[in-house]
Amino acid sequence: MTVAERPADKHASWRGRAESAEADRTSAETDDAESIKELRSQSRRLLGWMMRPHKKAIGFLCGILVVQNFTSMATPLLVMFGIDHAIPAIGERDDYSVLIAIAVTFAAVAIVKYVCVRLYIAQSAKVGNAMLYALRNRVFRKFQALSVSFHERFTSGRVTARQSSDMEAIREMTENGVDDLVLAGLNVVTITIVMLVLDPLLAAVSLMTFPLMLLLGRWFSRVSALAYRRARETVALLIVYFVESMGGVRAVQAYRREERDRELFADLNTDNRFAQAKGHQQNAFMSGGMRAIGHLATVVVLLFGGWQVMQGNTEVGVLAAFLLYMKRFFDPLNELVQFYNVLQSATSALEKLSGVLDEEVEVPEPEEPRAIERPSGELRFANVRFQYREDHVVLPGLDLLVPGGQTLALVGATGAGKTTIAKLVSRFYDPTAGSVALDGVDLRDLSEQDLRENIVMITQENFLFNGTIAENIELGSPGSSRDRIVEAAEVVGAHEFIESLPEGYDTHVRKRGGRLSAGQRQLVVFARAFLADPRVLILDEATSSLDIPSERLVQRALRTILADRTAIIIAHRLSTVEIADRVLVLEQGRIIEDGRPADLIDHGGQYATLHRQWEDSLV
Amino acid sequence: MGSERLKTPELSETDSPPPRRSALTNLWRIKKYLYPYRFRLALLWTMVLLNIIAGLAIPPLVGAAIDGPISDGDLRGLWVFAGIIAALGAADAILQLVRRYMQTTTAMAIEADIRAALYEHLQRLHTGFHDRWQTGQLLARVTSDLGMIRRFFAGGLVFAITSIGMTVIILGQLLFIEWRLALIVAASAVPLFLIGRKFFMGYLPAARSEQDQSGEVSSAAEESALGIRAIKALGRGPLMAARFEKEAAELRDRGVRKSLIASRSWSGYDAIATAAIGAVLTLGSVMVARGTLSVGDLTAFIMLQLALLWPIEASGWVMAHGNEAMTAADRVYEVFDTEPAIRDRPGAKAVDRGAIRGELVFEGVRFAYEDDSREILRGVDLRVQPGETVAVAGRTGSGKTTLVSLPSRLNDPTGGRILLDGTDIRDLRLANLRSVVTTAFEEATLFSMSVRENLALGRPDADEGDLLEALRVAQAEFVLDLPYGLDTRIGEQGLSLSGGQRQRLALARAVVVKPAVLVLDDPLSALDVHTEELVERALEHVLQDTTALVVVHRPSTVALADRVALLHEGRIAAFGRHSELMRTSPEYVDVLSAESEEVAA
Repeated sequence: MTVAERPADKHASWRGRAESAEADRTSAETDDAESIKELRSQSRRLLGWMMRPHKKAIGFLCGILVVQNFTSMATPLLVMFGIDHAIPAIGERDDYSVLIAIAVTFAAVAIVKYVCVRLYIAQSAKVGNAMLYALRNRVFRKFQALSVSFHERFTSGRVTARQSSDMEAIREMTENGVDDLVLAGLNVVTITIVMLVLDPLLAAVSLMTFPLMLLLGRWFSRVSALAYRRARETVALLIVYFVESMGGVRAVQAYRREERDRELFADLNTDNRFAQAKGHQQNAFMSGGMRAIGHLATVVVLLFGGWQVMQGNTEVGVLAAFLLYMKRFFDPLNELVQFYNVLQSATSALEKLSGVLDEEVEVPEPEEPRAIERPSGELRFANVRFQYREDHVVLPGLDLLVPGGQTLALVGATGAGKTTIAKLVSRFYDPTAGSVALDGVDLRDLSEQDLRENIVMITQENFLFNGTIAENIELGSPGSSRDRIVEAAEVVGAHEFIESLPEGYDTHVRKRGGRLSAGQRQLVVFARAFLADPRVLILDEATSSLDIPSERLVQRALRTILADRTAIIIAHRLSTVEIADRVLVLEQGRIIEDGRPADLIDHGGQYATLHRQWEDSLV
Repeated sequence: MGSERLKTPELSETDSPPPRRSALTNLWRIKKYLYPYRFRLALLWTMVLLNIIAGLAIPPLVGAAIDGPISDGDLRGLWVFAGIIAALGAADAILQLVRRYMQTTTAMAIEADIRAALYEHLQRLHTGFHDRWQTGQLLARVTSDLGMIRRFFAGGLVFAITSIGMTVIILGQLLFIEWRLALIVAASAVPLFLIGRKFFMGYLPAARSEQDQSGEVSSAAEESALGIRAIKALGRGPLMAARFEKEAAELRDRGVRKSLIASRSWSGYDAIATAAIGAVLTLGSVMVARGTLSVGDLTAFIMLQLALLWPIEASGWVMAHGNEAMTAADRVYEVFDTEPAIRDRPGAKAVDRGAIRGELVFEGVRFAYEDDSREILRGVDLRVQPGETVAVAGRTGSGKTTLVSLPSRLNDPTGGRILLDGTDIRDLRLANLRSVVTTAFEEATLFSMSVRENLALGRPDADEGDLLEALRVAQAEFVLDLPYGLDTRIGEQGLSLSGGQRQRLALARAVVVKPAVLVLDDPLSALDVHTEELVERALEHVLQDTTALVVVHRPSTVALADRVALLHEGRIAAFGRHSELMRTSPEYVDVLSAESEEVAA
């Protein structure tokens, strides 16, 4: 059977074409039968991993269920015993002892039941929640470990989908029906034994429906796996769209895009609706089928058993008991059909998550990191080649030495490779060939902690986290005192505007810093980097949103901040470039000019031209 | 970090707090969405009824077959009974199939309808609302909360009604057999009810707090993915993981707490029902012994009572589902009950794009954020002539960005008014107004869609020519070199593009609309001097007959403008030509002069 049409394809008209067809998923999730099988077994292993720490608790839970099963079976027996023995005892001998014994046993059964149910609910909730907690954290850490390039194609919406709706599907499984599954299993076993003891021939006849049930179960398992896998994808697409359009709601409103936006959302919503319904609809078929099998079994046993009774081979009582047991056999199975649904949905979710966990980390941490102590900040690019794709080489072979303490500015047109150099130094990517080294140590050999302590980049996006301004600055060096936070803000010239906010440093920045202007966000991010106090600081267009007075302040600050550390500055504003000791002009990944800013201006090359244009623009 | 991070705003916040309603009310309000499906639902309920009847009719028939043909040795008669049972069984199976099929299909359709309505409502809510509500919380409402409501309507409710029906029928039969024993059974309902009531009081808030926390976890996951570069650049992965784990641990604890409440209450249900059977058996045996009750009646009575066991057992589960659906409905209605702060006034007029001259006047405009007593704008008076381009300059935090959010009503002024061709913009239809006044923000929000879709955001009917023209003006023709040209998907927030590229696309997007009034928030900040000059030259042509309000940070961008307004301390401190202001306003010189000591040095 071929895999259902991928939802992404249907929406290609507006989603556009991704550079890679696999943009929407992890590399484990491909469509061929082999990898689907592999994914399935991976998801089982993941489930095993989740259950392993709770082996004892799960065993205990099963024990509770067995006891509970016995108490349930005991009730009818006690009733029979009471009617057969207690009543005659009273009637004949005025002896109440049997009845009292039964009453006491009943009370005991009720108490045992109470304890069992209570323990079961409490314990299973603890185990279930603990398993989900561990899974959530493992997935979170994995996402954090995955490279920037992975996130760029996977999108945050899909990360959110994995952590919300997939987890929800698994939670549903742990919360509902596991006890039904175990109880039904126990029930099937018990009743089968009882039937075999009562009348092996009749039992054999009624067990003939087993293969039918297995076939039905296999059918459902196969088709619904496809349906639920697809449903996981449609809901992820829905979430991706939702998260993104709510994040950009200002643009949606400003451009009156509501209607078109609604159309696209409605499309995904409808897709998801049908995809979700599909598995449930298949489940309806299974549910009807199970009922039919149950009734069929009754009819067959009635006919065959009746015939046997007429032949004198079986007692009427045995047949009656048989028919009663058959009902008790099928009723829980009918309930179980619903749980099967939840189980399938959770399995698909586990598949998605195991796909994430299986994803290879493109920028891995070294297994045996090399220690580096108080580096001077010397950076060396040795024959560095970098390409995003085969046909898109950004750096063909870069050799560059940046001595410790130097402030280097990168200049060049879009696509010249400036940001790529910054990303290589901050190890967002690893070079395709060659190496980047800090004080002679390849960045790939540095522990994550050493690397980040020494090299910090201020990115173009000015990302603020949910929290107060102080908390956002503090991220540069967690645990910093308020004084140091204020000092950092003062140095970069952010103190004044922060103080003017209603709650000063404790003002909440709101979602994505929505309360601040772009320039203000940039200053906060600057303060954060200053607080981090790294050996190497990379500024990627870190001043573009500042007004001139703020820029002036930042530049004055930069002269102090950068005095004793290595810095790489990318800026299209030459005012920022001019504080550099050295300027590189890049063109298509190659250095075409290299020197002190003043020398380059005299030299009369590209930089000189740029500088002239810049000066003209100031008038 | 020690201090408390932002949680979802409580109802007491300023988003026009909805009146408090009881939990059930909000679930009941969902009926509006059931209405279109009323015939289907009626059919569904009929089938549920028939299904129960078919299911209940089979056991007596089996009994009759044993007592009749089998006991009599009547093989023909047995075949007749078997045939009837087979027919009923087939009917039961088919009913079950069709009912479950319809039930799930209808429930999914209703869920999708509510989701679409919720989405539409969210779109209309103002920026202030979205700034305060984390995406994860909204997402939880749109996905898991609606799922809970759906599951209740499709599962729990059907189950509850079936059980109640069965219980009533069985109780009736019990009363008929022996009323005194039936009273014992009825009396056992009292503790069940008391436990149930207590359960409701504890479970509702517990379920609510779990759902709220689940939204927090989603928000944390989303933020950590969106901010991955910032996190990696600082090496704060472990810190973020620790924070996430804190939220996840809280979710785990709340989940356990909720279940503990359940364990304390419904564990009693089964026990009480079992104890009631024991009581009936004991008393019944005495009655039988005294000859006031027959053995057959006692047996029948207890058999029926046994059949009552599972509905009682299941009622705990049903109640839990019901409770969760109620709190989910509450959460959903929190959003529905938030009125959009910015909407059409009654009698708002339509605007004809062709008839707009484009005169934009600010009259004593004041603005303060909801939770801030200090005003950002303190009486802005500004008149932009039709076709004129006015630049707004000012220091960081002077309110420029706030000012430019007003003409297209992304925010409404808290005082004063804004007139477009002499009409207060609040008297114009919102959708209309935004087609006449277009705003481009400094930070370009690009969606994960094709370049084409992103460009045509404000004008879906734009043709290829319009797009190419806009790309030319914004110097954004680089998109044509992307692997699939205009059909290339650009990444999340366009992050695989550089800041300058994103900004040029955003500018092109605004140009495509060809509005009467164009509002640009520092549209060229991320461009290099050379590109900026090219863009400016191309823009000049566009701006010739367009009224424009442009926030500027740099003297080079001022070249676009006919006149410049200096925003200082919430007012227009100076207004005039650039050269004029350079002579007359020291404030202006400070804000825009490049003759700073740093550059000169």
